[in-house]
Amino acid sequence: MAELAFNDSVRPVARPQVPFGAWGLRVAALTYLVALVAVPIIVIVIAGFREGLGVFWASVTRPAALSALWLTIWTAGLMTLFNIVMGTMTAYVLVSYKFPGKRILDAMIDLPFAIPTLVTGVMLVLLYGPQTAIGELFESRFGSRLLFAPPGIILALLLICYPFVIRAVQPVLAQLDVSQQEAASTIGASQWTIFRRVILPAIRPAILTGGLLSFARALGEFGSIVIVSGNIPMQTQTAAVYIYGQVEAGNPAAASGVSVVLLAIALLVTLMVDLIQQRRRQHA
Amino acid sequence: MHEIKPRTPAQILLIGVVVLYAAVLLVAPLVAVFQGTFADGVAPVLKAFTDPDVISALKLTASLVIAATVINTLAGVALAWVLVRHEFPGKHLFDAMVDLPFVVSPVIVGYVIIVLFGREGWLGGIPFKIAFSWLGMLLVTVFVSLPFVTREVMPVLAAMTPEQEEAAYTLGASHLLTFRRVILPSIWRGILYGIILTMARALGEFGAVAVAGGGIRGVTETSTLFIFRALHDRNYVGAYSLALLLGVLSVIILLLMNTLRTPTTRKT
Repeated sequence: MAELAFNDSVRPVARPQVPFGAWGLRVAALTYLVALVAVPIIVIVIAGFREGLGVFWASVTRPAALSALWLTIWTAGLMTLFNIVMGTMTAYVLVSYKFPGKRILDAMIDLPFAIPTLVTGVMLVLLYGPQTAIGELFESRFGSRLLFAPPGIILALLLICYPFVIRAVQPVLAQLDVSQQEAASTIGASQWTIFRRVILPAIRPAILTGGLLSFARALGEFGSIVIVSGNIPMQTQTAAVYIYGQVEAGNPAAASGVSVVLLAIALLVTLMVDLIQQRRRQHA
Repeated sequence: MHEIKPRTPAQILLIGVVVLYAAVLLVAPLVAVFQGTFADGVAPVLKAFTDPDVISALKLTASLVIAATVINTLAGVALAWVLVRHEFPGKHLFDAMVDLPFVVSPVIVGYVIIVLFGREGWLGGIPFKIAFSWLGMLLVTVFVSLPFVTREVMPVLAAMTPEQEEAAYTLGASHLLTFRRVILPSIWRGILYGIILTMARALGEFGAVAVAGGGIRGVTETSTLFIFRALHDRNYVGAYSLALLLGVLSVIILLLMNTLRTPTTRKT
């Protein structure tokens, strides 16, 4: 009886109250986030449209600005396609097979996240620059330079975005249920058919997420591009390098317009990633 | 899926392509920077590190990395806590905001500092200097490395069960004591991993600090900015030596990342 009475008196534990504690923490944390992330984005949008829509339009449609934006988008797009193929393949190999050196390969994948992108650019110039054996060979074979030209931009982006698709796909592949694959295999499906019909549909959202993230990352890349692109206006100047050039030249109006466009595309891509992940969570 | 030993030629070819791709993309450039730096032996490299500009650049980079990491660690843990444990309107929006520094071009962030605090800046009248100074560079460095601690701590906090915390409160422990003795031991690994990523990002930042700081030699010139200027001045030994040092540091960071990364904390 005594025990029962004791149990009756037990209430859910109330946490000790700290005056202003929870509120103070929330206000402080969200202020930090808003001041550092939301404010800069609002500033860029205001700076872009402050002189009116006409000025914004004129700054974005200048030939040098248009060509920089277009170069940024197509090099990032091409890189993303290639990255999706190689990244999926790498993730598949890492999850499916045992082979010597596998642990080293797995450990190396995040290297591009750790290496300063400017250093990436320096390394690529040392390896593939016009004065190197590989650079000369490429120029004599294809009649155009490897570095200080669009192929160099794509190469740099491939290196910088290398981990995105792999790290998005790898955990999903590792958790795949093997029974479906085994069933497909017993009815005589080839390995390629199993990949295409069983594995690929399951990892498609992860591939898409990784691809979109690498595209968004590539749009804003500056450190490596400024080294490997040669920075020739209208030819090898990407949007980020264009903005840098305009700011340095004291021409803020031109920089603001392109910044707004670049930012808008990046936000759109982030939104798409968010939607894919929400859908995946709902299905799970 | 479980791992198998490759049997068919097609499987071996597939592995070969993947390994070759990684070797060309990741290993070859590292070897190249090593070779390029030591092309004329060790002596010029050692001499490059006695250059006062190199020393001041390294000191500036170190101060920015340390300050940005301290700020983002303290604020990042608080933010992770608020985003996981608190309920409030607009939470999803705030949550989405955390990832924005991943996709905003660093050059644009640097440009914001100039728009606000530059010579003709909107807030140009404030009594202390932000643009072309340490403070402005710190602000952009904090921005670019903001997501890491928050994003590493959030999943760990979300996975924690409340029993231990409630037990601590029942025994009369204060919030601070409970955090220190119950919560911190569970999330320290996530914090540490976040700190390493924060440091790596802050160490390598170039575009944002180039624009916000202006790259004034010996004053606002970080390590990456020194490399950039040295390449233009054809001081190749200086540029390559510092690039190699940063490359070696990032390999160390990578090793730390791999030691800390366990299957349970691995996020997608």
